[in-house]
Amino acid sequence: MKKALITTLTTLAITMAAQAQNIAITGGTIYTQTNQGVIENGMLLLKDGKVEKVTETINVPDGYQTIDATGKVVTPGLVGAMTSLGLVEVESWAGVVDASVDKTQLSNTGLAFDVSYAINPDSTLLDVSRIEGVTSAATTISYTDYLFHGQGSVITLQGDQPVLRPRAFTVLDLTGHAAEQTGGSRAALWVTLNQLFSEAAQISKIPGPAEQWYGLTTRADIPALQNIINGKMPLILEADRKADILQILTLKQQYPDIRIVLMGAAEAWRVADKLANNNIAVILNPEHNLPSSFEALGATLENAGRLEKAGVTVAIGMETHNIRLATQHAGNAVANGLSHAAGIASITSAPASILGMQDTIGALAAGMRGDVVIWSGDPLQVTEYAEQVFINGEAIDMQSRQTLLRDRYKALYKQSDKPTSHYIIPAQ
Amino acid sequence: MANFRFRTARLLACLLPVFMAGCQSTQSPDKTATAASDTQNTFLGANPNPYPSTYSPIEGEPTVITNVTIVDGTGQQIDKGMLFFKQGKIVAVGSTVDYPANATIIDGQGKWVTPGIIDNHSHLGVYPSPSIGSLSDGNEMTKPVTPGVWAEHSVWPQDAGFVKALAGGVTTLQILPGSANLFGGRSVVLKNVPNRTMQDMKFPDAPYGMKMACGENPKRVYGQKGGPMTRMGNVRGYRQAWSDAQDYIAKWEKYEQEISAGKTSTPPKRDLDLETMAGVLKGDILVHMHCYRADEMVTMMDMMKEFGYQISAFHHAVEAYKIADKLQENNVCSSLWADWWGFKMEAYDGIRENIPMVASAGACAIVHSDSELGIQRLNQEAAKAWSDGNRAGLNFTLAEAWTWLSANPAKSLGIYDKTGSLEAGKNADLVLWNGNPFSTYTKAERVYIDGGLAFNLNDPASWPVSDFEVGQHVEGEAQ
Repeated sequence: MKKALITTLTTLAITMAAQAQNIAITGGTIYTQTNQGVIENGMLLLKDGKVEKVTETINVPDGYQTIDATGKVVTPGLVGAMTSLGLVEVESWAGVVDASVDKTQLSNTGLAFDVSYAINPDSTLLDVSRIEGVTSAATTISYTDYLFHGQGSVITLQGDQPVLRPRAFTVLDLTGHAAEQTGGSRAALWVTLNQLFSEAAQISKIPGPAEQWYGLTTRADIPALQNIINGKMPLILEADRKADILQILTLKQQYPDIRIVLMGAAEAWRVADKLANNNIAVILNPEHNLPSSFEALGATLENAGRLEKAGVTVAIGMETHNIRLATQHAGNAVANGLSHAAGIASITSAPASILGMQDTIGALAAGMRGDVVIWSGDPLQVTEYAEQVFINGEAIDMQSRQTLLRDRYKALYKQSDKPTSHYIIPAQ
Repeated sequence: MANFRFRTARLLACLLPVFMAGCQSTQSPDKTATAASDTQNTFLGANPNPYPSTYSPIEGEPTVITNVTIVDGTGQQIDKGMLFFKQGKIVAVGSTVDYPANATIIDGQGKWVTPGIIDNHSHLGVYPSPSIGSLSDGNEMTKPVTPGVWAEHSVWPQDAGFVKALAGGVTTLQILPGSANLFGGRSVVLKNVPNRTMQDMKFPDAPYGMKMACGENPKRVYGQKGGPMTRMGNVRGYRQAWSDAQDYIAKWEKYEQEISAGKTSTPPKRDLDLETMAGVLKGDILVHMHCYRADEMVTMMDMMKEFGYQISAFHHAVEAYKIADKLQENNVCSSLWADWWGFKMEAYDGIRENIPMVASAGACAIVHSDSELGIQRLNQEAAKAWSDGNRAGLNFTLAEAWTWLSANPAKSLGIYDKTGSLEAGKNADLVLWNGNPFSTYTKAERVYIDGGLAFNLNDPASWPVSDFEVGQHVEGEAQ
């Protein structure tokens, strides 16, 4: 029964992809991620690539193609909270990886780097991720010897121009790893950081090529630093240790306009109230529960749940090749104290708001991008899956290099019990 | 299911019979070696088991679980069934079973019972938490051929990861050395009962394994350090070492023959690397081979025929689905992730249906972790593979899929005669789940090892705390 429905949906989707039109998704449980909450048996209208409206009554207007989602779950497209999508094909030892940056003359801090120039919309990771419900993502540098991981972009996972917002955020490593890179001690790391901020705060105008400049930063770093200080660009701080998180709260007192987000944050639950009071959201891996370092002795499966109870916004999803596992990670957070509603939010509306993109992605409200997923059931269950994904109002082709490889070898075994010696005929 | 060959029923005491005074003596009492004898007409061999298991099971009580959904690990499911165990062994499994009046009765309404999960690819203890250089003892990256190192000599039993894996229903696990080397060393199979020493955890009478690695890792690690720097260099390295092992066996056989003939003879010098490899060629040590690519795995299976040994399992075999038929023909298991892919070139062709496609060809499929986090929820990894396979038309029942988590890994470790399924006479290694074990939200409620209650979800005070965690500011709170 379920199989028949999938076939119908897929066939329908492929037909529709060719001719973008207005779509009505009817029935189903709709997670709007807005004040409308969860609507049982509602209707979602997509028009001109955007969400037109979500209603509790099903009354399909003329000129809309209807997709029956009865018995299924409808959510906004998932937002990858922190990835390097589009910047990496194969991470290790496989040629250029734009998610990794070595020393250059351009920057002293890493802030000047801008990944929007490097994103490849033809990366196979995008197909692999989007057929599982991921429709947009934060993407940035994953490895560099610099303190800052450049300026990241928010991208959509479909189309030739994937960048939704360039220079959307920056990530700053404040873990022991960063201390290693900065004199081998936080005693040097934090003074460096304070110096950088105070330098940028004092400059009213970037020194020109003819002017002398003796700062710690380079000229290319300064504008980004200023955008952080004045709150135009969110600053995502990576730290696990309670003491480091408290130090971050001090930074927030000094520069109240900075939009701070905490990432990693194994011990965040120990200072949950303070994070809530300072309106600091957290991006975390809820499965991190081992004392993996002296900075994460308090790692626990209950981190996400305890943060939610204190009123902290939690986002989940910190992988690249497997950002599709964000649903499983969120499910495990729910199994350990996070509410189901916050679990769904952690992979949709929460990362969208953390990235300052809440008016565009992560929720189903009139005027937002038409990024929608129809799930076979509860998206946080490992045995359920995305049946059809819509990006920018269009049903996408639910294929990837992985499904094609699968079909190719299924076809090979189908030829006979003992595959022949000639090379594989592509699946029809 | 795969027609898997069992080759390791022999006891550890006779692991390397050619070299062993003890074993030799049972066959030829007249040639029993006297202690510290230096006479040269007496056979002198190595102690086959110098670091023996000192494991003793947690005391259990006769227990019956009633009204429970049973997945027995052989592919069968019994709804509203009963399971009775006592003195460390499973006594009866069925719709109804007899049990004595003094048995502890657990109402399994709404719950499931499965065999304990067996992870045949773990680095707990050798790459423990905290993951710092001081405790990083998993890869003897000093030369490409180091079969003489034993992972058990690196295992730090205070790794908090053991307890977390226990909470995930893992009752048995194989600890492997890392994959930098062509021959990485011996593995050890442990009962997941955290204790003071590795030997207190060592699975009694489990055969040793030997880790080998294909492809990218050895060439990357040694390419600039004297080689091998290519895949062809890797294969040359394996073959030369196997040839040396054959030569080593011949020397010991010659010595043994001379002693048998009553001649005086000097024993060959022990070579610990070749001793492990000889154990493989004798069929006593099982080969666990890190190999991703289909074409390389086929080369490795030809090499195994060339030198006359058996590969027990390919690990991480991301491309196993491409040669599932050949894996079935050669009785080689595949230890697999549900969905890891792409982190290096030889993992680029990963697909989500790898595990069910291997199983569908009748080959032995195993879900493994290679991860201190993944090992905590291998049931979910199996669930994903099962669901993905069913979507692709490879229809397995949940009970069939559970063989990927217990029976097949037990076979790959040579311990299926003892554990890996819920059958009368086997060790009572089992998990009571508080719901369907293929749900994200389900947890292991009670984990029994040899009939002893090793983990009880509802009694946090009883959860083991490692020495490393004692006295830290968050001790007990983090849980």
